[in-house]
Amino acid sequence: MWEYTEKVKEHFLNPRNVGEVENPDGIGEVGSIACGDALKLSFKLDESNRIKEARFKTFGCASAIASSSALTEMIKGKTLEEAMQITNRDIADYLGGLPDEKMHCSVMGKEALEKAIENYRGAPSVKPGETIICECFGVTDMEIERAVRENNLSTIEDVTNYTKAGGGCGNCHEAIQQIIDRVRAEAKPSVKPKLTNIQKIRMIEESLEREIRPSLRHDGGDIELIDIVGNRVLVATRGACKTCKASDITLKHFVEAKLRELVSPDLVIEEVEQ
Amino acid sequence: MKTLYLDNNATTQVAPEVLDAMLPYFRDLYGNPSSMHSFGGQVAKKISNAREQAAALIGALPDEIIFTSCGTESDNAAIRSALATNPEKRHIVTSRVEHPAVKALCASLSRQGYKITEVSVDKNGLLDMEQYENGLTPDTAVVSLMWANNETGVIFPVEKAAEIAHMHGIPFHTDAVQSAGKIPINMKSNVIDMLSISGHKLHAPKGIGVLYVRRGTRFSPFLIGGHQEKGRRGGTENSPGIIGLGSACELASGNLDMENTRVKGLRDKLENTLIKIIPQSKVNGDRTHRLPNTSNISFEYIEGEAILLLMNEHGICASSGSACTSGSLQPSHVLHAMGVPFTMAHGSIRFSLSIYNTEEEIDLVIKTLPPIIERLRSMSPFWSNAAQSCKSE
Repeated sequence: MWEYTEKVKEHFLNPRNVGEVENPDGIGEVGSIACGDALKLSFKLDESNRIKEARFKTFGCASAIASSSALTEMIKGKTLEEAMQITNRDIADYLGGLPDEKMHCSVMGKEALEKAIENYRGAPSVKPGETIICECFGVTDMEIERAVRENNLSTIEDVTNYTKAGGGCGNCHEAIQQIIDRVRAEAKPSVKPKLTNIQKIRMIEESLEREIRPSLRHDGGDIELIDIVGNRVLVATRGACKTCKASDITLKHFVEAKLRELVSPDLVIEEVEQ
Repeated sequence: MKTLYLDNNATTQVAPEVLDAMLPYFRDLYGNPSSMHSFGGQVAKKISNAREQAAALIGALPDEIIFTSCGTESDNAAIRSALATNPEKRHIVTSRVEHPAVKALCASLSRQGYKITEVSVDKNGLLDMEQYENGLTPDTAVVSLMWANNETGVIFPVEKAAEIAHMHGIPFHTDAVQSAGKIPINMKSNVIDMLSISGHKLHAPKGIGVLYVRRGTRFSPFLIGGHQEKGRRGGTENSPGIIGLGSACELASGNLDMENTRVKGLRDKLENTLIKIIPQSKVNGDRTHRLPNTSNISFEYIEGEAILLLMNEHGICASSGSACTSGSLQPSHVLHAMGVPFTMAHGSIRFSLSIYNTEEEIDLVIKTLPPIIERLRSMSPFWSNAAQSCKSE
């Protein structure tokens, strides 16, 4: 059984704004019966161009119904610009969170909202240049890219949980991995600026002294920094580490992991005799 | 709120008699049946009694019964034994609708180089016998076909299928986890070589199962260890579980008639009334060749998990073949193999009864379910279109 929050249960058992708006300004339909869930969102604007009324019809599980209900509550009173700012994460947060496997329900809400607004503005509903990646669930490259970017996804399983892509025959797993790799490669520079060699050496020295050597010494071991060549960090083992059979595991899973976390993700630890 | 339990193909309540039979072997009679002292020896006697009770349920000999930890272990042990004793053969024949205990095992074996043939079923879930027979080759090491399907209750002609396998010299295993205790099984009148049973599906506790291995069948153990079960399954005996299972098998033998009269009657009442009063609902699976306790009904244009959770609000427990309840994104592989359209598969609900269900309970479900279906349909974007197209026809 899924672990749904009280808020999800409450919105599922007492959904708000079920139905269709009469003479709507915008309608958005996403999903299909084959996919296992579908949402039809309709809204009407007031004189000041704020969403006066929003209604939904949903085919799907409890979290799909709760996400739709939450979405209609969230967008009421907002301008279209404000509404467009809502992300799938906001919908999930409004409900106190969704199980990972059900995050695609919040993504469906976000997509229906976008389609409804595009429908109002008269924009084409399918953007040119988009290609279907997952044939089983009809998910495009743009949809996967956005889910990866907005939710910082790193595995194919994550992508399946959020978009359903890859949840069927599995033929598209390679293509999904390529999108993940591409998006994550773009994202890196903005997160961590490239270090100069001097900065890198200083940070490695500091991390070794403060974070790494004290724990090794605690177990009677130690390491010494011998040299840094590009991304290769050359160290020699000392004390108990020198005779320990598991020292290469410690170097890989503790020292290297710590340096990657604290300094730069492309560092590699190498043990040298000295 | 009272629990109204109609999910007996998932698991069953331990029968009060079974629990009573087991309790002393937790608290006082904890001896190891392999021990030399009589404190352990008395447990060994009880286990031998349980072996006779289990054998009696399926018309087997006591030494053809191996106690295991569950149905999945029995399935694994049977198929792996057949492969180990036929090492030169690399082909397995099974069906598209097997339980994951067989299906996932075969998928794993196929990654190790075995060739797997999954025989199709028709729209009623019945096995394609012609395709089955054509699928048997000189390279086939084992056939594994379920006796009855867990989702639809549809029964396969495994006794006939075993005869056909033997004509080709191929050993035959059946997963009888759903059928044991619900329909008569007599190993004296068939040629099936190996058969799996799970305790918790017939009012014994979880954690106990049986693998039947016919005398003379070559067997290679799955769990290797001590001399327990005549060296066919290592590991200290789960004595309370075994004794509970023995008691459950004896009860099941006595209740077989009730399963096929009273329980079947309740199932039929539930099913016939629901499909009569709820429009666009349909029974999945052949209604003749079917377990007496199982009913799988699709309610079109709505989704199973939502139905289950609304029934849950009334204490009603059932299952669904919808994608959202399967833990994957695909709806039930069984309904898919039967060619049930998506509109139906996502909204499928499985009711599975036991001898403990009453007519009042069935009446309550009949009263509770229609408004739930109506409520979800009124929320569904597909329903109004469908309702209109019905009217215009």
